[in-house]
Amino acid sequence: MDTDTTSFRPRPVIPGDTVPIPIATPNPSAESSAPPPVRIGPGLHRRPDGSVVVVKAGVLCCNEAKDGARWWVESNFKRYVPVQGDPVVGQITYKSADFFRVEIGAAHQAQLSALAFEGATKRNRPPLEVGSLVYARVSVAHRDMEPELECVDQTTGRAEGFGELKGGFMIKCSLGMARNLLLPKFPLLPTLGTRFPFETAVGVNGRVWISAATEPRIAAVARCVVLADRRPWGQVKGVVEGVVGSVEGV
Amino acid sequence: MRETPPSSAEKAFVLNTIRSGLRVDLRGAYDLRKLSISLGPALGHADVRLGTTRVIAHVHAEVVRPQDSDPNEGFLRFTTECSPMASPRFESGSLSDEEVLISRLLERTFRRSRAIDTENLCIVSGEKVWAISVDVRLIDLDGNAVDAACIAAAAALLHFRRPDVTVVGDEVKVHSLDERNPVPLSVHHVPICVTFAILDEGQLMVLDPTSLEEDCRCGDVTFSMNAHREVCAVAKSGGAALPIDALLRCAKVATWRSLEIHEALQKSLKDSLLKRWEDVKLNCAWSFRRPIAPSIGNLNLNHSVEEHEETDRPYKSNVSINPNIMQYILHLQSYDH
Repeated sequence: MDTDTTSFRPRPVIPGDTVPIPIATPNPSAESSAPPPVRIGPGLHRRPDGSVVVVKAGVLCCNEAKDGARWWVESNFKRYVPVQGDPVVGQITYKSADFFRVEIGAAHQAQLSALAFEGATKRNRPPLEVGSLVYARVSVAHRDMEPELECVDQTTGRAEGFGELKGGFMIKCSLGMARNLLLPKFPLLPTLGTRFPFETAVGVNGRVWISAATEPRIAAVARCVVLADRRPWGQVKGVVEGVVGSVEGV
Repeated sequence: MRETPPSSAEKAFVLNTIRSGLRVDLRGAYDLRKLSISLGPALGHADVRLGTTRVIAHVHAEVVRPQDSDPNEGFLRFTTECSPMASPRFESGSLSDEEVLISRLLERTFRRSRAIDTENLCIVSGEKVWAISVDVRLIDLDGNAVDAACIAAAAALLHFRRPDVTVVGDEVKVHSLDERNPVPLSVHHVPICVTFAILDEGQLMVLDPTSLEEDCRCGDVTFSMNAHREVCAVAKSGGAALPIDALLRCAKVATWRSLEIHEALQKSLKDSLLKRWEDVKLNCAWSFRRPIAPSIGNLNLNHSVEEHEETDRPYKSNVSINPNIMQYILHLQSYDH
């Protein structure tokens, strides 16, 4: 199997495949002669004996960066597994004195502290109700603990766009689609943006919140995301044209 | 597992969009989602998709003893199964409300309106009758399972052929499909269900609701109509008050929509039977060992019937066949059984 990064072509893999990536054991004494480090990302698992095995079905990808090669499996699923730092859209299902419980589409509901908001204090609590939507970042994702969310950057104390999502509409899509929407070169949102202004909050848990001036515009954006899901990139523009052309008053 | 109800933003958006004359998926209030009906390859097997809602119906028949009160009546039974695969709201093993609702509505639609002639299912009075069972399986749910289940059940019943029987004295012989052409059920009329969701305290009505719209509804009305524009059953649940003119408007819309569904059903039925007929002809062309009688029953196509009588005879064995076609026939045969 070819794992030379320069001539590597992405190829499909299934769980159980081994990827013979040469991972050097860190050796501080021979710094200069050691090969550059290799980073492995989602879908790959390093066994105790050092071999790398695929744990998700998808396309094995590789990227040669300055600080070493990166390997990961590009896949598309519907079930979200929380990862620290992920932006997610969730729905409040329970409210108590000092925390909220948020449904984010994972196996367990996440906890959101009432203090994890911009400017929140013991007295000044965020005005969230059961059924409200929030845009938050996963702050704790551990396999033995409930996931935890935050709506504030702990280092700066700023919301940075996170917080309650007022009005609008939320749709569910595949995780791959949600990740695509966050890519600047994915044509869907830019193409729609040339037609009319709208606002989105994309959660990598496969939920997209959309807001615009009128209902038909929101519905048009939602329909575009649903129809473009699991389609090749080349067809996305056509889907957008078709949907926008069919809606009156957009 | 209980599903989280939609957020307040989603509910408000659904109502506001319908008020503005549009729907979340950009349909009109009385538009149906894309309907696809695929039948076969087995007789009495239908796979119906309504948008992303998917239902599979399968019909099978067995010979049983009739009830003493009705010695000449066969049986028509409906069983519904909603697996957790369709939606997390269903739990395996326990009967959900949806499941009960679907099977009760199917029974009312088909049995009480006498859509299938059950007297025709009698073999020996008081001794042997056919029991026709329709298994309806919900595979994927995005709202309006009732309509999809009804279309699937109707399609499966129309596509189904039961084995032919002959009665000589006391002896009843059930002929295999190879021996004699199987017989279609005698269908009086085909009822089709059309469901409307009632939203906003009876102010708004939408046809063929999605899951999200169902979560926002305060009730629903189902009309079962046949191709003669007769109402076979009406079910109204949820308890929402509805003005008479709204109900009449729904009935009118239901008439047109059920006629459209009816047309689609007849078309796919015809396609399926023609496809089956082509397969049978191929089978016959290749039958060295034994003549395979066409198993498509009384096809109402004159030219086909003539051909079919020809192929009833054993075929000459000195036919030369292109190996590629042979491969294809083998494939078809494995598909057929």
